[in-house]
Amino acid sequence: MRQRSLIAVTAALAAGALTLTACGSRDENGGGSSDSGNGGTTTVVIGVDAPLTGDLSALGLGIKNSVDLAAKTANKEKTVEGITFEVEALDDQAQPSSGQQNATKFVADDEVLGVVGPLNSSVGESMQKVLDDAKLVQVSPANTSPALTQGTDWQTDPARPYKSYFRTATTDAIQGPFAAQYLYNDSKKRKVFVIDDKKTYGAGLAGTFTDEFKKLGGDVVGTEHINPDTKDFSAVATKVKNSGADVVYYGGEYPQAGPLSKQIKAAGAKIPLVGGDGIYSAEFIKLAGTTGTGDLATSVGAPVEDLPSAKEFVANYEAEGYKEDYEAYGGYSYDSAWAVIEAVKKVVEDNDGKLPDDAREKVAAAMQDVSFDGVTGPVAFDEFGDATNKQLTVYAVENGDWNDVKSGTYTG
Amino acid sequence: MNELPQQLVNGLLLGSMYGLVALGYTMVYGIVQLINFAHGEIFMTGAFGALTVYLYILPDGTSMLIALPLMIIGAMLVSTTVAVGAERFAYRPLRGAPRLAPLITAIGLSLALQQAVWAWYPDAKSAHTFPSIPGGPFEIGSVTIQTGDIFVLCAAPLSMAILGYFVMRTRTGRGMQATAQDPDTAKLMGINTDRIIVVAFALGAVFAAVGGVAYGLKYGQIDFRMGFILGLKAFTAAVLGGIGNIYGAMLGGLVLGIAEALSTAYISDIPGMNQFGSQSWADVWAFILLILVLLFRPQGLLGERVADRA
Repeated sequence: MRQRSLIAVTAALAAGALTLTACGSRDENGGGSSDSGNGGTTTVVIGVDAPLTGDLSALGLGIKNSVDLAAKTANKEKTVEGITFEVEALDDQAQPSSGQQNATKFVADDEVLGVVGPLNSSVGESMQKVLDDAKLVQVSPANTSPALTQGTDWQTDPARPYKSYFRTATTDAIQGPFAAQYLYNDSKKRKVFVIDDKKTYGAGLAGTFTDEFKKLGGDVVGTEHINPDTKDFSAVATKVKNSGADVVYYGGEYPQAGPLSKQIKAAGAKIPLVGGDGIYSAEFIKLAGTTGTGDLATSVGAPVEDLPSAKEFVANYEAEGYKEDYEAYGGYSYDSAWAVIEAVKKVVEDNDGKLPDDAREKVAAAMQDVSFDGVTGPVAFDEFGDATNKQLTVYAVENGDWNDVKSGTYTG
Repeated sequence: MNELPQQLVNGLLLGSMYGLVALGYTMVYGIVQLINFAHGEIFMTGAFGALTVYLYILPDGTSMLIALPLMIIGAMLVSTTVAVGAERFAYRPLRGAPRLAPLITAIGLSLALQQAVWAWYPDAKSAHTFPSIPGGPFEIGSVTIQTGDIFVLCAAPLSMAILGYFVMRTRTGRGMQATAQDPDTAKLMGINTDRIIVVAFALGAVFAAVGGVAYGLKYGQIDFRMGFILGLKAFTAAVLGGIGNIYGAMLGGLVLGIAEALSTAYISDIPGMNQFGSQSWADVWAFILLILVLLFRPQGLLGERVADRA
């Protein structure tokens, strides 16, 4: 009997080990600016929560670096007199549970007056209440799930669940339909195979896309949900091939989208894979390989490199010599951090140049009226905490790089 | 719908990979009754060993015809070193300790190996591109087979045959059988059981290395966490086939792989089962199958009913 019970114990331990890998190392110094404590200034910490390790670390490190750049710029230009900004970055490994722990950690640190992040909508969901209870303001550069700002009944009865949550990214309520319109009207696709990873972001995006594509008159010839833990999508790829679809829409992120695109083409279906901002990364191109040429992605905003407002950001980012690229959300992360800085500035100015005792609450209130010209265009928030700037762009993989194909504002 | 042959091939390919890794689990378990949970990471380090040979040892642009054998050798060297090192420094000091101790060590070792590759291998923080075999896909009827897949299709049965020959026909192989049956008596008969155990670990690592190269060729990328899920699946395959039985490991792998492919392809076509049919449910079906097999055949598909030794 001993051997069978050993297997049972082993299975239990295996499950435990699965959970263990979800926790992990934390970034100790978080790349904080080193010029703190000079000349008796008050320190304000901007928290960053993003996946700094793991599959999505490329995007997460871009977020961290961009926030760091905003803090450094504010310190250098003395944007807020008497305040030195510091950045504390915590790693959520794209796990909601880690994100929630990090939120608790930020709440416990009195110097933290604003949090930028997270990357994933599912992580955002787990952080919202913790931060809102402490009236700690959160600005996400990348969460696109509509429910985060407009509640679970966002389609019928939008209601803002948390007052301290803001975002500079556009929502999937706009991104999915934007892709559907592009595919139906511009590239004349009629038969789509929809795949998602069942996560908040992926399933939401696939849902809004499907609704609009059907409304336009397109045909959904198949749907499939994949398991993000695996790399073998051959069974799914075979289904796609046999469905006769002329395009695949994928709601999810690049670690799965890249291999998925590759395996669909290997199965013999020479059709483009289309996704949202979650696949708009240089990593996608690397993972999809040469057959990924022609794959499409929508992303929030206009291409950062093309905006005059962004030239300075790109130049400064390069000048700082960050090891990693700013990736899809760099501009939005910079603007998110800058929104926190602007809100702090307003609060400090209203209080005779000092931080008030109830600084967190005041910063959260000031955030609602923040308005400035950011890297990604004018930054301001509507009554739900969503960005008022609703621009989107379609990108295509050409010559091993993302090239913008069409920018526009979605009109329902 | 002529999808079935292709889906069977998909499952066969996935299953062969599970089988190759499962061999290591089953061999080590068969001899020392230890579930080496770090075996998935031995598979992973093997793949990185092959990559290292390609990236840093061979000159750029070496033909895959020459590179591949050298990469396999590199993979075997690395994973065997890791496995033998693990046996010597992590497991041997615990021999005779309660069984839970080496098991916990194995899980710790698994995490340590992952983190070591993550921390020290250049650019290993995200997925690494693995070289591919040039040449287009082959069409056999309605079935498409990639060049990378051919490697797995050949490697799995070949490994099986070599291992079978080794265990049944060689002196060391017979020593392994004897040690598996009764280590103390085997020792009395003059078998160096310590050496036999090292050989079991090394052999398991050799096949894991082949699996690692196969994985890289098939998916075109490897990463530091690739061994974890695949290791668990391979362990499942070993249990399914009857842990301790080398043919059972391969059979369990194939059954598991085919079950995953077919459940993804067909369960959603069954009326009322639509929401349980996607690939995200494939693991669930694979484990339901495992539970069913263990309920009716607790020793696994090919396992023998072992009289309790304790």
